[in-house]
Formats: sequence, structure tokens, C-alpha cells
Amino acid sequence: MVQERVMEKLAILADAAKYDVSCSSGQSTRKNKNKGLGDTGSGICHAFTEDGRCVSLLKILLTNHCIFDCAYCVSRKSNDIKRAAFTVQEVVDLTIGFYRRNYIEGLFLSSGIFDNADYTMERLVRIVKKLRLEENFNGYIHLKAIPGASEELLKEAGLYADRLSVNVEMPTEQSLKLLAPDKNHKDVIKPMQYLKNEIIGYQEEKKSNYKTPLFAPAGQSTQMVIGATKENDMEILGMANYFYEQMKMRRVYYSGYVPISYDNRLPAIGTPVPMIRENRLYQADWLIRYYGFNVNEIVGFDQPNLDLDIDPKLGWALRNLHQFPVDINMADLELIQRIPGIGFLSAKKIVAARKFKKLQPEDLKKLGIAYNRSKYFLAFSSPFYLQKDLTPIQIKSQILNMQNSKYKNNFSNQLALF
Amino acid sequence: MTQLLYDGSYEGWLTAVFEIYEYKLKDVVFAKEQISNTLLFSDTHFVITDNVKANRVLNGLEQRLSHQGFNNLYFAFLSEMDQIEDILFRFVEYVFSSPINIEGDLSRNEVLDVKKAAHLTGKESHRMKAFVRFKLTKDNLYYAIIEPDCDVLTLIEQHFKNRYADQRWLIYDSRRKYGIYYDLENVSTVEMQFESNPSSRFLAEINDENEEFFENLWRNYFKSVNIESRKNTKLHIKHMPKRYWKNLTEKIPNLKNKRTI
Repeated sequence: MVQERVMEKLAILADAAKYDVSCSSGQSTRKNKNKGLGDTGSGICHAFTEDGRCVSLLKILLTNHCIFDCAYCVSRKSNDIKRAAFTVQEVVDLTIGFYRRNYIEGLFLSSGIFDNADYTMERLVRIVKKLRLEENFNGYIHLKAIPGASEELLKEAGLYADRLSVNVEMPTEQSLKLLAPDKNHKDVIKPMQYLKNEIIGYQEEKKSNYKTPLFAPAGQSTQMVIGATKENDMEILGMANYFYEQMKMRRVYYSGYVPISYDNRLPAIGTPVPMIRENRLYQADWLIRYYGFNVNEIVGFDQPNLDLDIDPKLGWALRNLHQFPVDINMADLELIQRIPGIGFLSAKKIVAARKFKKLQPEDLKKLGIAYNRSKYFLAFSSPFYLQKDLTPIQIKSQILNMQNSKYKNNFSNQLALF
Repeated sequence: MTQLLYDGSYEGWLTAVFEIYEYKLKDVVFAKEQISNTLLFSDTHFVITDNVKANRVLNGLEQRLSHQGFNNLYFAFLSEMDQIEDILFRFVEYVFSSPINIEGDLSRNEVLDVKKAAHLTGKESHRMKAFVRFKLTKDNLYYAIIEPDCDVLTLIEQHFKNRYADQRWLIYDSRRKYGIYYDLENVSTVEMQFESNPSSRFLAEINDENEEFFENLWRNYFKSVNIESRKNTKLHIKHMPKRYWKNLTEKIPNLKNKRTI
């Protein structure tokens, strides 16, 4: 009977937590001490659901009871759904039981707000504390910081969790006001700021004293729901850029809105999830974080949205054909990384291999580079490769014809007629 | 043509490499001892594994390669790819013939093939860190069965030892018929026969009373976190290829529930 109830709670509270997309588990430095249980640093996806998303953490809500009525959220007060709440011990037992069987890398714990922010946060902290101190658990823990919770509780959370996150939810303040009247933009930004300062403080202290106790070693992250409101990609990426630069976030997640409500402020049920747009945003995010692109190069007032039919790097290259062709036998690594079809691993391979011989097209193919895509942007020094003078539109259509994307149907030329 | 018969171990293969230089053998092919596919019209050279010879080859390679390049060699060997010994030998020849480190010369097949094979093993070993599913027995042993494409047990040993320092565990490779066992102090290699398709009655006898409950919780969780409107079977299978499903709890339907349907 007890077992059945836990089974039911798990179904309800995992279902309610799954719209939070963060699942990374690799960036912590916590190690196994005194022959305890678990360690971090690997970032392992233990399973993949049928929607192709990775399962790395046991991602659950402590409860889906909530005093707030945010329109985009399944757990909103006015939604007529089954409610449940785990006890502290149940969460601990589930985490340990799953972890010992190598199902997961750790715990991702969030919660609806019951009673008030501090009361909720205090419960969350009690769980992580128990896991760390009583179970000697050193696996990964991602904990939600509840907006409005006291700084003492946030501080305590940081001592036991690997990553903390506060979801900004909506890309702009107006949207948040529209869809989450109980929430306040300031309440979201304030804990972020506090955590940023604490994390920086910890890193500074660590330099002079290596025994400084860990404080959120995997940093903080946040999430934005996209496609629920009218923001363009420039606003979304601009906000993300703010988080990366001003809040020192490790990650910003983009969650394509899954219609779950008949509320007329939101896309109707049955509206497809904006998966392609979400994918393009992640690609742009990677370009900013790993490829040295500035957000202004990817989106701007003349180009407020990312192309859906081509990736943002190709889009940028087509708008900047004057910067090409790039000579792969001479150019710096940074420039080679900017060539569509060449990622940073491929770029590294090119730079290593060209020390031994002048690379030719067949060498690039051998190295596994998407040559058919990149060839429009390449020059080989010897013999000089003749670049036909193609317009951006010609290049784009040639590349699109070549690739066999599962999204192709969405962009067939016929659609343009209507 | 000379066929080199060695015992299938890495040291055995390294000894063979040493002897190729020692006896100036030409046109060599490698074969493992148990697979006695004697080639027609060829001489056979029997290699007796010799750690001194093996270490001399290793030392030579270590001096000429980066740390990673040196490790890649072992990884590539464990890939068990078709003719991997010959691929590796061509690489070693190139390493010893060049005055500089040639790891980056990726447009040469000798170098690229080894890198690819090493990558394959690396990927498989990472997968096995993910796809091990321990079951708990009545006497507190966590055991798991895997069938990796490459021989990765030695590569994942340290990872599991660090992580599960306070529980006894056994990971068994049912394809290669051996396992690694941790006794709360050390990890050792164990050779054993494991029933590949044990009956549910047998499992009920050996498994802890809560084992089935946790397996069902995990299946339940796996189902609950899926978002139906984002279904993407192609991606699902790309990340979790079907050949692994038989050892993945969440992909094995619960037999008890099935019976009631």
C-alpha cells in the first residue's frame, strides 16, 4: 500500500517536473570522501526518453501544490490536476535507491510553492542536507532556489547543492507580468544576484584556502519558456547574453512551450511545440559561448529572428560572404571555426593535419568534415580552388537541396505560395 | 607472408611487434591463437608473450607520442575492430619511422584509423558507465550484465570504484564471459558463467525483496518524464541503440504486468 502510493506520487511529481529542461550533471567538482557514495564530474546521460531527451538526474517536484497561478505552468493553482507531495524521507530513499543502481547521476529537486517561499525552501534544503550529511551522498544535486526565499536559506542550499537555479521563465518582464501575475521580475533577479556574488566569493576564497567548503561548484543556470509569448529571438538571446555576462550563468536553457492550457493568453492546445526554433536558439547559444560569436552578429534589428530553415552559423556566413573564402591551410583556428560545416573539433583536426601537408578537399572529407556544406566558404592554397561566384540565395538553396532534414517538409517552396 | 600467432592480449601483441623488428619479418599478418585460421602459403611465427619485450615497445612509443596518443593505442586495441592488430602495426611503423610526433597527421590512414578505433572504444566505455543497471541481491551485492561492443571493463573499473565505494558490486560482460568484482577494498577480474536468461523464479530467489519495486519505480519514472508531444523515435534510438535494450531495465517491460493484460 505504501509502495503503491510512492509509485503514484512519483508519476505525478516527475510528470510535473519534466518541463524543466536542465539536465546537465557534469560541471561539478565534488569527489567521493571517506568511502561514501557517489561522485561527480562525469556528466553521464543514463537513459534517453522516447522524445530523445536525456535522463541524467532524478527530476522531481517535492510537491505540485502551488499558491501561484502562472498560466504557462501545469502546476498552477487553478489547474484541476492530481496533487501530491513527497516526504523528506521518500525523496532521500528514491535518490539513494536509484543512484545505487546506476540509474541516475543525482537529484534535480524543484517544488511548487506551498505556504510561502521560505517554508518551501527550508524543506528543499532539509532534503539535500540529509543526503549529504546522513547518507554521505556525493552525487550531483541540482536545487531550485525559490524566488523570495531568505538569503540564509540560499546560502545553506549552496553549501550542499552542486548547482542552483532560479527560472526567469519569461524572456521579458512584460510577459512575466502577463502570465504570472503573482511573480515579480525583481524577485527572480534578486536571488540570482545573491548567488552570483556568493559563488564569486567562494571562488576567490578558494584561491587562498583550498579547504574552503564548496559553494554551488557547478554554478547557476536559468530557463526561459519560448513560444508562449511574442518575444523575438533577439530579445531572447539578448536576455541570455545578459545572464551569461552579468550573472555569470553556466547555462541558459530554452524550453519550447508545450501547450497545456486553454487560457487565451497562450497558444491553444494542439499548437505544435516550437522544436525547430528551440533547436536554433541552442545553436546560437553555442556560437556565443564556444565559437566566439557576439550576439549582435547572430541577430540584430534588421534580422530579429533566427532562420528556421538554416542554422545560425550558415545564416551568418551568408550575410557575410565578404569574409570568405577562408584558406584552411593558412587561417587561424578562430576563423576556421566560423566556417559552416566545421565545428571546433573539426577545426582542431584541420589545424593539426595541415602541419604535415597542404590539405585538399579529399583530406577534409576523410577527416569527417561536412565538405558539401563547407565547400562554398573554403579556399585551398594549392592548387587554387576556383570559387564560383554564387549569391547567398544560390548557396542556401544548394545546401538545402542537399540535406535531408526531417524538418524539410516544413519549409517546402510550395508553402511560400500561401 | 608471415602469420604471427599471439595470445590475444595487449602484451602479446606488443611482443609480436618487438619480434617483427627483432627477426626482420616482412609482410606480416596477426592472428589470435584460438582462431586457428592458418593461412595457405604462409609461414607461421608463434609469439610467446614476454613482458620485457612488450615494455620496450611501450617505452619507445611513450617517448614518441603524447600521453593521449599513447593511451589511444590501448583504446584502439580494445575496440576489437576487424584487423585492428594490423591497423595498429601500420601506425606503430609510422611512429618509429618518423623523427617527429605524427599523431596530428590525420590525412594519413595509418593515423586516422587508430584515432577512429580509439574513439569507438572511448564512446563504448562512456556508454557502459551510463547503461550499467545494478540489481541488488539478498546478500547485498549489486550486479549488472552488459554486452559492450568493445572490451571496456578495464576502462570503466576506476569510475565504478570511485563512485560506489561503499557497496559490493559485480559487472559482468556476457559476451566476453568475464566480470569485474569490487569487494569494498579492491577490484578484481572474475571468470564465470552467468545464466544469460535466468527465470523469474530464480531472480525472485536471489534478488532483494525491494529490487522489483525499485525496477518498477524506475520504469514508471522513465515513462513519466517523456513528453508525448515531442516524440522523436529516431533520436531515441540513436542515443539508445536497440542492441543494448535487453540489459536496460526501463526498456524491458515488466513481465508481471504483461501477464495480467
